[in-house]
Amino acid sequence: MTWFASPADAVERLTAVGYLADAATATTTFLAGALEKPMLVEGPAGVGKTELAKAVARATGAELVRLQCYEGLDEARALYEWNYKKQLLRIQASSGDQEWSATHDDIFTEEFLLTRPLLTAIRREEPTVLLIDEVDKTDVEVEGLLLEVLSDFQVTIPELGTVSAVRRPLVFLTSNATRELSEAVKRRCLYLHLDYPDAEREREIVSSQVPGLDDRVAEQLVATVGRLRELELKKAPSIAESVDWARTLIALEIRDLDDKAVNDTLGVVLKHASDHDRAIRELRLRR
Amino acid sequence: MTPGSSGLLDRHIAFLEALRGAGLPVSLAEDLDAIAALTALDWSERAVVRDAYAATLLKRQVQRPTFEALFDLYFPRLVGAGATPPDEEGSADESGGARDNAQALASFREDLVEALSDDDGQRLQRLAAEMVGRFGAMPGRGPGLSSWSAYTALQRVSPQQLVDRIVAALLAEGRTEEEAQRTSGRRIGAFTRRVEDDARRRIAEEKGPDHVANVALKPSIDRLDFTSARKTDLEEMRREIYPLARRLATRLTQEHHARRRGPLDFRRTVRASMSTGGVPLVTHHRPKRPHRTELVVLCDVSGSVANFAQFTLLLVFALQDQFQKVRAFTFIDHVHEVTHHFRPGADVADVMADLAASTSHAALWGRTNYGRALAKFEESHPDALGPKSSLLILGDARSNYSDLNADVLQRLADSTRHAWWLNPEARRHWGTGDSAAPTYGEIVPMVECRNLTQLGEFVHDLAI
Repeated sequence: MTWFASPADAVERLTAVGYLADAATATTTFLAGALEKPMLVEGPAGVGKTELAKAVARATGAELVRLQCYEGLDEARALYEWNYKKQLLRIQASSGDQEWSATHDDIFTEEFLLTRPLLTAIRREEPTVLLIDEVDKTDVEVEGLLLEVLSDFQVTIPELGTVSAVRRPLVFLTSNATRELSEAVKRRCLYLHLDYPDAEREREIVSSQVPGLDDRVAEQLVATVGRLRELELKKAPSIAESVDWARTLIALEIRDLDDKAVNDTLGVVLKHASDHDRAIRELRLRR
Repeated sequence: MTPGSSGLLDRHIAFLEALRGAGLPVSLAEDLDAIAALTALDWSERAVVRDAYAATLLKRQVQRPTFEALFDLYFPRLVGAGATPPDEEGSADESGGARDNAQALASFREDLVEALSDDDGQRLQRLAAEMVGRFGAMPGRGPGLSSWSAYTALQRVSPQQLVDRIVAALLAEGRTEEEAQRTSGRRIGAFTRRVEDDARRRIAEEKGPDHVANVALKPSIDRLDFTSARKTDLEEMRREIYPLARRLATRLTQEHHARRRGPLDFRRTVRASMSTGGVPLVTHHRPKRPHRTELVVLCDVSGSVANFAQFTLLLVFALQDQFQKVRAFTFIDHVHEVTHHFRPGADVADVMADLAASTSHAALWGRTNYGRALAKFEESHPDALGPKSSLLILGDARSNYSDLNADVLQRLADSTRHAWWLNPEARRHWGTGDSAAPTYGEIVPMVECRNLTQLGEFVHDLAI
């Protein structure tokens, strides 16, 4: 199956499911499908990395299998695990009246295998989008595990043999770049850096995500967010925050984003006390 | 599609060679990926080709500016002056500079102010090309010398003088004073870069991109020397400090955790084994008490190394929670404590301003004197150093040929657990002129620390 016919097709179908992709995103997504290579998406928090994978799944009608990475994630929770408790029960239940060799063969079968996201994605026969989220949070050992999965799309289970993908899933890896990933993982991936969008695109995103937002308020909001990003802040507001802000304004029924309104709702976009002080001082919100 | 027949393959390989030359790790596998990607796309737009290359060859965002610059060299946006044929340009220059006279300059500057005030990217791009073409031409120079100069063009047009007018335009839009100042400064900086890019492109056209790629590219921001950074670079570096600190903190926490496994926690292990019928499949361990370093930073803030000292201080304080306690002192020829400027969660830009303002306390006469500063430190802050603390000295060890007081440093080093000296100068300059690096280096281990990468690595090792 081809995922997308061309970059333009990718833009169109992603827009249809509510994700406004820029040219670089569309091209890279198209290439990931055409070359059947995993795609590493990096960028600050809240610019739509995870959303991209979800949107691709929606646009292509594929199922999304998600592996959320965290510190201490291991093979047992990423790939597969034997169901020890069930195996123990099986052994205890059959004690005495069955040969050891038979029991041995018996407890290492499909029935006792717990598949985790990576194995699930590989074994699925329908189109699948595999999202490996926040891959930079894992330990270095998990990267070694990913290598086999990402390059050959196969998993070796000693007791069962090698399981190869029937149909290659489209893989998205997201990262906040809190840690450098190893060269080996990066080499196997296409790379995309998502950044804050330009004003025009951001306005489109906010308007499409928050229907009912006044055009004029949307423009004011995007302009203010743009001004905030120019300040030297600890965490610049991202798209997710702009959308939250728009929703807040709707909920509070604010029709005009003047200095007072900005001041009252600044907590939605800026999450550090020092950022607040700076924004208020630099934008002269309290006169 | 066979790229070989049209010379495209040669260009592709030359481009990859240049990327490797600039320090990007581009392997053969990525090379093949790039080719595969290009065959899957149609080449109707330059941006598509660039995105395809970026997706397959790039692996880190800091490499992006280098990549962009090289891509512009090998796959130029336009040839010559674009719409105007190149031969006309030559003749115009010879015919008494009809294209470069006071009137042309004035109207060009009008256009530029307008474009900068609107921040119109495409128009600025066009103006940059026009500016190099008109005001940066140096015809009639001998072979081997470039005939385009960004420097000449910038001198002639001097966009810096337009700041006031752009600020006025921004104020009219309702921006605040400081914001307008900062924005206009940034826009002019960006325009200057465009002009430089365009001059590079034109030179590359004449002399081949390989030549330009070798001589005219700046290193990426994390490999740029502190001492050779320009004002805009420094701003960019400062923005990098906080993310760098966060990356380091994550890495440190992970490494601490990896070594956290202490002795077996018998009770938890047995409890957990209940669910597996009494078989302890997983063992549980008690956490280890983390060891944290107490840090004393002593830094030279004289003009030559001020930037470096500020960056290091900021990074150390951004990582405050990784250390048990941090105290910081600045000196030129007198010692001044600056610990109180680093409140937890304080704003980076404010701290920088406070630090700059407090520099005057660190100087009596204003000439760097390491010997005197060390003696003063020992005299006025004897409580700062103890057997649990680590001493970190920052500076280029250029002491204006004064008394070095090496024995004081020896005493300071002996009273601490560890002592290091970070020197922002290249190792080959140590010991030249008035540098006392060899003398001090014998007492405390001296480490070369010229850019953000080296600084990050050092601070990481320090906190472990």
